[in-house]
Amino acid sequence: MTTAPVLTARQVSWRRRRASAARTWEQFRHRPSGVVGLGILVVFAFVAVAAPLLANSSGLEVTKATGGILESPSTSYWLGTDENGRSVLTLLIWGSRVSLFVGLLATAISMGIGTLVGLASGHFRGFLGAALFRVTEWFLVIPFLPLAIVLASVLGRSLLNISLVIGITSWPGTAMLIRAQTLSIENRPYLERAKVLGSGHWRQMSRHVLPNVMPMVFANTTLTVAIAILSETTLSFLGLGDPLRVSWGTMLDAAFSTGAITTGAWWYIVPPGVCVILVVLAFTLVGQALEEIFNPRLRERS
Amino acid sequence: MSVRTEVAEVTAAVQPTERRRRGGRGRYVLSKVAGSVGALFFMLVFNFFLFRVLPGDPVRTLGRNRLVSDKQVAELRQTLGLDQSLPRQFVTYLENTFTGQFGLSFRYRQPVSGLILDRLGPTLVLVGTATVLSTVIGIYVGMVSAWNRGRPVDNVSTWSGLVLYSMPEWWLGLLLLAVFAVGLGPVPGLFPVNGLITTGVDMWSVAGLLDMAWHLTLPVITLTLAYVAEYSLIMRSSLLDEMGEDYLLTARAKGLRDIHVRRRHAARNALLPTTTLVALNLGFVVSGAITIETVFSIPGLGLLTTEALSVPDYPLLQGTFLFFSAAVIVANLAANLLYGLLDPRVRT
Amino acid sequence: MTPLLEMRDVHVTYATAAGPLPAVRGVNLSLEPGESLGVAGESGCGKSSLAATVLRLQPPNATVRGSVLVTGKDVQTVDWGQLRALRWGEAAMVFQGSLHSLNPVQRVGDQITEPIRLHDGSVSPARASERVGQLLEQVGLPAASARTYPHQLSGGQRQRVMIAMALACRPRLILADEPTTALDVMVQAQVLDVLTGLVRGLELGLLLISHDLSVLGTTCDRVLVMYGGRVVEQGAATAVFDHPQHPYTRALARAFPRVGDADARFSPAGLAGDPPDPRNLPSGCTFHPRCPRAIDVCSTHEPPVRWPEPDRPVECVRVEGAETAPGTAVAAGR
Repeated sequence: MTTAPVLTARQVSWRRRRASAARTWEQFRHRPSGVVGLGILVVFAFVAVAAPLLANSSGLEVTKATGGILESPSTSYWLGTDENGRSVLTLLIWGSRVSLFVGLLATAISMGIGTLVGLASGHFRGFLGAALFRVTEWFLVIPFLPLAIVLASVLGRSLLNISLVIGITSWPGTAMLIRAQTLSIENRPYLERAKVLGSGHWRQMSRHVLPNVMPMVFANTTLTVAIAILSETTLSFLGLGDPLRVSWGTMLDAAFSTGAITTGAWWYIVPPGVCVILVVLAFTLVGQALEEIFNPRLRERS
Repeated sequence: MSVRTEVAEVTAAVQPTERRRRGGRGRYVLSKVAGSVGALFFMLVFNFFLFRVLPGDPVRTLGRNRLVSDKQVAELRQTLGLDQSLPRQFVTYLENTFTGQFGLSFRYRQPVSGLILDRLGPTLVLVGTATVLSTVIGIYVGMVSAWNRGRPVDNVSTWSGLVLYSMPEWWLGLLLLAVFAVGLGPVPGLFPVNGLITTGVDMWSVAGLLDMAWHLTLPVITLTLAYVAEYSLIMRSSLLDEMGEDYLLTARAKGLRDIHVRRRHAARNALLPTTTLVALNLGFVVSGAITIETVFSIPGLGLLTTEALSVPDYPLLQGTFLFFSAAVIVANLAANLLYGLLDPRVRT
Repeated sequence: MTPLLEMRDVHVTYATAAGPLPAVRGVNLSLEPGESLGVAGESGCGKSSLAATVLRLQPPNATVRGSVLVTGKDVQTVDWGQLRALRWGEAAMVFQGSLHSLNPVQRVGDQITEPIRLHDGSVSPARASERVGQLLEQVGLPAASARTYPHQLSGGQRQRVMIAMALACRPRLILADEPTTALDVMVQAQVLDVLTGLVRGLELGLLLISHDLSVLGTTCDRVLVMYGGRVVEQGAATAVFDHPQHPYTRALARAFPRVGDADARFSPAGLAGDPPDPRNLPSGCTFHPRCPRAIDVCSTHEPPVRWPEPDRPVECVRVEGAETAPGTAVAAGR
């Protein structure tokens, strides 16, 4: 007599998750804009990770600069040099690390706070939920750049601080989205059952609400990274970036303050901007494709 | 959230449920005003605690590179009122804020409020012009895009919108500056490289006004392009949402031409969520002002803020933060109230 | 006398990314002035697609074959001027779900005025407003409700507004597409009363579409039953409702329990299976997978039309009846 293999609950839910991930990928594959975005991201991720292989890190040190000042591109310096004689291409490659790192760290902070607040304000119905919602709303109205500027000027200039600043200024958007999702999920009957069976708040949220909220959170995360990278570039351009590190934003700040505009040093101005556009566009395309997949309301029209 | 999700959420929120709501306009106005007052108060509290909650002695922080002797430290402590109890400080802070006293700028040694008022004009002109232009153009482009969904017109405008959206607006400014002000290769620059007005020209004469317009041309173009991207994407999304509605079929069945159905019913109704979303994204307008003024050296509030960063001139930074935030909160309220006038579903 | 509405071998096919989707596959019907014709069937059977063709309101990706004649004019081929006159002027529609079928930010009175002034630009605002008031009172609403917005009215009131609006340009034909679905039963009855009262009083033609056979049974003279894009049974309403011939019609009739039917109280008879996927229609008779009376030939051959009574065509091989329409020319040799 044969019997079917018995699966534990955990194995069942694992299989289910793998299957739905496979389905998501299947749908994603058929969205050309999303695939293009993903391709671009893979390229930049590779550049960031493989930076030491692609460009010698000594190229970043001002004292070891070998090129002339603001030289136009040549065979020895494919993208010319900066005001210190460093190769712009080297700066660009290493700068990708900082720009991507800050973008991701800031997003992690923003998503962390945003998810917590969003879940709580959607789940807890009484005073706590309402209070959290109000605070989120108020925070949302305050304009990003003035707030980021004051915070950054107080905290000081470092990678961690700039990530913190961006994270603190962007969590309300996420919180609102997650709250809306939480509210719509909580209307569903199976959660009633969980409550009746005695699940505590934490268990309800983590076991039931969170997994259903995750897809939209994931789509939102991608879009948040796009905005975080744009923000880091802007803040660095205004002089709030880490003075010890090179990012695409600090490159543009340096270009602007050393008069690359007037001397026509386009190799210093154009490449960092193009990189930012490509990366932000890529994250946006991926995020929009994911949103379409997870939010059926968006699907009929594009 | 992407533009499309925002539009979907906003449109869904306004759909009236089958239950009739009571209270109507009064309730709506009250709730929006209360929300704005709450936001203002929250911002004031936040501003207050900004320097006092962080680790370390606030006086040391504020006087980081500038104070030497203990006497100076003690003086500054007293000036800032930090020798008093926290609640007392807060009250003083509120009093000062409501009477327009934001302290003295470290850099200019003048009252911050005066500096803000002085520099307000150029910012208003810059932002005002760009907003008006970009709203009109953006809504039109969004409309045409939505009506021609999938066709080349739509694809071109949507993609260029996305690219502009992914671009830091100040970088576009740098490019325009390099190409049109400095000149590219053999082509000479057509516009001034910086500033609001050529030195020596009287600002209020006709020549002066023309001169200012010439100076503001590139900055306004840059900001307009940046805003247009956002607004056209919003309008397109709103209109596409609207075009799926059943009442448009009813309108067609009554004998209306397609073009009238689209204009009189769909587009008109799509302006409503567009207004809400434009209001939600007002912070974006302010950020644009700050960065573009910096790039083009326009002596407005934005440049004042970035100049304050170098010292760092904390009283000035706090003052501009307060001003910008209050401006956005008030503008947001105005937009919400305007929406309340336009959409009968919220006021009846 | 020319029929008010006539459809000859109408096919409606949608072009989709996944291939052509046949929603209506060869429908013939005719409606005389003053007659009420009901169209019954489940969702997806093609009844709404059929209704849309009457005023050329089908979506752009739909292709219509065959002819749809309103007062003798071929709707699908007339020029714009004639179509505009037809729309609302000769035939008007009453849609379902009127919270979405009415413009949410426009006053109800303005929405009724719109077609009036569209069809006759010379009408002054005062006269139009008077007419709007009359129309609203005809459906049992106070004239002052012209100033309300759709969301301020109840579902039943909104549906009555839709009816008033449909009558605005004095059409001769009313097409009501699920006008009472989503309304409470009591309100349903009210709205149907209003509709049928007006239709009879003004001697209009009515094409009433509903999945609810009982609604059609009480309001219509004749009924068509659609399944999978075709008409499977036709006839006088009482006859079709009381003595359904086609197995599908029987199942549909049984699904609504009737007073006095003790068995139905405990087990409302449903119909197993799902409506057919238009892209993947069953071979032979479209209904055969769900049919309790199916035999071998049902899966291989299209069902023939049988006439168990005059004017009572049924597309089913299991139905006893004449093989040609009684009264038509008899084929040679019979």
